[in-house]
Amino acid sequence: MNEYITLSLILFTIGAVGVLVRRNAIIVFMCIELMLNATNLAFVSFSRQHGNLDGQVAAFFVMVVAAAEVVVGLSIIVSIYRARRTTSVDDSNLLKS
Amino acid sequence: MTPFWVLAPIMVIAALGLIFARKAVHAALALAVVMISLAVLYAAQGAPFLFAVQIIVYTGAIMMLFLFVLMLVGVDSSDAVRETIAGQRFFAAVIGLVFGITAVLAIGQTVSGAVVGLRKANENGNPYGLAELLFGKYVLAFEFTSALLITAALGAMVLAHKERLTPRHSQADIAARRMREYAESGRHPGPQPTPGVFARHNAVDTPALLPDGTPLESSISQSIIDRGQVRDGFDDDIDKVVEQLRPDEEEEK
Repeated sequence: MNEYITLSLILFTIGAVGVLVRRNAIIVFMCIELMLNATNLAFVSFSRQHGNLDGQVAAFFVMVVAAAEVVVGLSIIVSIYRARRTTSVDDSNLLKS
Repeated sequence: MTPFWVLAPIMVIAALGLIFARKAVHAALALAVVMISLAVLYAAQGAPFLFAVQIIVYTGAIMMLFLFVLMLVGVDSSDAVRETIAGQRFFAAVIGLVFGITAVLAIGQTVSGAVVGLRKANENGNPYGLAELLFGKYVLAFEFTSALLITAALGAMVLAHKERLTPRHSQADIAARRMREYAESGRHPGPQPTPGVFARHNAVDTPALLPDGTPLESSISQSIIDRGQVRDGFDDDIDKVVEQLRPDEEEEK
């Protein structure tokens, strides 16, 4: 059981570092997806450890929310790209004086 | 356990590819590898329903959407190399390492208790067990999920909608404008003559000649005129034509 949780934590950490390091908004978004997937792995593993299916239902809900989130997020990226011709998170700095 | 030890290194390497890939498409492919491997791990852990959902929703729909937007935005829009905040990458790596090591040591090693396994919970089949929970204990959350999905679809439609800034020109508008121009300025409402009519050449840069031999500027595309690529000396061409006609007249004499 420990190795599944460890793998899940490693994937989550890689996703978090990716969010901090990458500049392209689409790749940042993919890293968030990686973090969500890592938590899903933990949910499924704990579901097996405890012998009930509640963890799997939670993972299923995470997937549904992730699908909705991807749709809205990607359309935000597309509309930002349309207005500013860039997807770099550094270039959206209108609030900076 | 075998699938885990085969897939875990592949997944970690592919996830690292997400951080180090130069091109966004390569990052997307690495993420697809991680997601498919995760699906196999779900199947190995007694979650065949989530295995199917992971493949269909994540690798099928979500990755497809990512690639779609990548193509829409432009595959070439790569990362800026410069750092906006000095030393950000270094500190991000340090924080990531510290967080990872702490989490693995603190949480990963303290999970205790015997693994019960899902044999009893899955005795009627995994989808059956999930459906019993989903439509029993979690039915309210399930209903809210449908509201969330509708809201997300509406939001995406609103965000992706593009306002028209100028009114649309229909065929009827264009025809009315042409007739108005004909009434006001006498401009011919029909199609313009093609370049090269009655001229020596029928290339697009040679203006058409009127019956009296004068070139008609409006027969050439405006962009060719703006670039100054109208054939040089089309007057000479006419002179040449005239000269070619003259010997015939002399011969007749």
